[in-house]
Amino acid sequence: MADLLFYTFAFLTLACAALVVINKNAVNAAMFLIVSLVGVAGLFVLLDAALLAFVLLLVYAGAVVALFLFIIMLLDTTPGAMKPFKAATMIASTVGGALLVVGVLSLYHRAQFPAAAAPVAAPTLKAYAEQLFTTYLLPVQVVGFMLLIAMLGVIVLSKKFAVPEDVS
Amino acid sequence: MNAVVNLWEGLHPLVQMLIKGLCVIGVLFPIGGACSLVERKVSAAMQGRPGPNRAMPFWFAWVPILGPALQRLGVFHLMADGLKMFLKEDPLPGHVNKVYFLLAPVLGMIPALTTVTVVPFGAYLDAAGHLVPLGLANLDVGILAVFAVSSLGVYSLIIAGWSSNSKYPFLGGVRASAQLISYELSMTLSVLPVFLWINAPGGEGTLSLFKVVQAQSGSWHGFNLASAHGLWGIIYLPVSALVFLVALFAETNRLPFDMAEGEADLVGGFHTEYGSMKWGLFFVAEYSNMMIGSGVFILLFLGGWNPLPWVPLADLAHWLHLGHQPILLGALSIVIFLGKVLAFIFLFMLVRWTVPRFRYDQVMKLGWQKLLPLAIGNLLFYALLIAWLQPKL
Repeated sequence: MADLLFYTFAFLTLACAALVVINKNAVNAAMFLIVSLVGVAGLFVLLDAALLAFVLLLVYAGAVVALFLFIIMLLDTTPGAMKPFKAATMIASTVGGALLVVGVLSLYHRAQFPAAAAPVAAPTLKAYAEQLFTTYLLPVQVVGFMLLIAMLGVIVLSKKFAVPEDVS
Repeated sequence: MNAVVNLWEGLHPLVQMLIKGLCVIGVLFPIGGACSLVERKVSAAMQGRPGPNRAMPFWFAWVPILGPALQRLGVFHLMADGLKMFLKEDPLPGHVNKVYFLLAPVLGMIPALTTVTVVPFGAYLDAAGHLVPLGLANLDVGILAVFAVSSLGVYSLIIAGWSSNSKYPFLGGVRASAQLISYELSMTLSVLPVFLWINAPGGEGTLSLFKVVQAQSGSWHGFNLASAHGLWGIIYLPVSALVFLVALFAETNRLPFDMAEGEADLVGGFHTEYGSMKWGLFFVAEYSNMMIGSGVFILLFLGGWNPLPWVPLADLAHWLHLGHQPILLGALSIVIFLGKVLAFIFLFMLVRWTVPRFRYDQVMKLGWQKLLPLAIGNLLFYALLIAWLQPKL
């Protein structure tokens, strides 16, 4: 049962993620992104991490993608009109794809996987909180700071500064 | 009675789950339908008119007292309306994006029915005298699950508005998305003090809705100010309750936050192009959301299935000698809980027919400039208060 669910959710996640990339209609892409995120949330539930699953749904599927859709609708992008790729883009993406394939293959053939650890009890809320406020305090703060910088950047970029008038 | 219990325990767990789920839906839908009738009657009473009181199958007039009484209550209008939704033509306008147009009402129903699974609606005492919650799934992250799944409901409105390919529905969809995202923030922040309060220091930490009700059930004996043992949330967290209530009105798209529909300026908002049962699904989803929202409010702030502050369900069971009758006690707790939910929905209706609709900029201003700072200030106040009170426990 758990295996079947794992394969279902994994297929859902990967197939929808691929559809997000190759879809020409932005609204379709956003909808597939939601399904893909739901698949990831399902995988988290199978790992006994219900908290992560619901936070993922709440933040990404519930709010972030809703904002994406909001922007897509306001911009009213018409699907289909795409520029052909430049030569440099083609070469770069081919090289990138080849590197990825080589990396995955070498991982598959040469990596030594440790034996599966004994299953541990599902983490409690307290465990999450303690880890976030002790071991991972610095990464959390750094990520928060980066988000703040991104937000400030957007405000600066989108604000139309008045050109100071010449003092004559 | 024992034969029934044995038969039930012999069933496969999946079949048991299926039956339980169908039972909950079987209660939810008729109440939703009845609410639409009560809404019409309440609005009529508030505006000094009789409301629906005509429709009746002709042979029902021959039933002596019941016939005229049901006619005056308008019960048959409800049935006729329901039947009409199934029987009338189901139009599919030519200019819509068909896949999403058909998907949108279904997308509205899914979150509405999924959140029911994590809301406990009653409790009973087991053989050892412990309170056991009644619900489809008792998750330890209960409130988070409710928020996460109900936040997906916004896609129904956005997709309905966008796929209709016409101006008014589109405006309705855009307004709905902006409104729901704005008020979700205040709603989540307003709930945090509740969980700060109930999570004792050194405990495992929980977001379970059942634990919230447990924290609100205690008798007068052993009461102290620091833990507010047995008092209801609305008494010691009034600002949280107020912010949650306002955000709840906004999240369920009820007047005065009726931006998505706004029939005065947007025809019908996101569902302008919809008809018959597809429109009916939006309607049912709205009422289901309202009921689940009221249920969560009652669990968080109004003591869940406890009859009165300082009178927990366990004491009531003791007085009525129901301690060893789990089925009767469970039914009693469900009746108490449902009674509170219905009273709350009545409040929804009173507000709807009293307060006029806000303008769009007023909605945004209220959400971001008033409610959000209030929720953040409230959270800070209670965090400091609890930190100050804790050493005194």
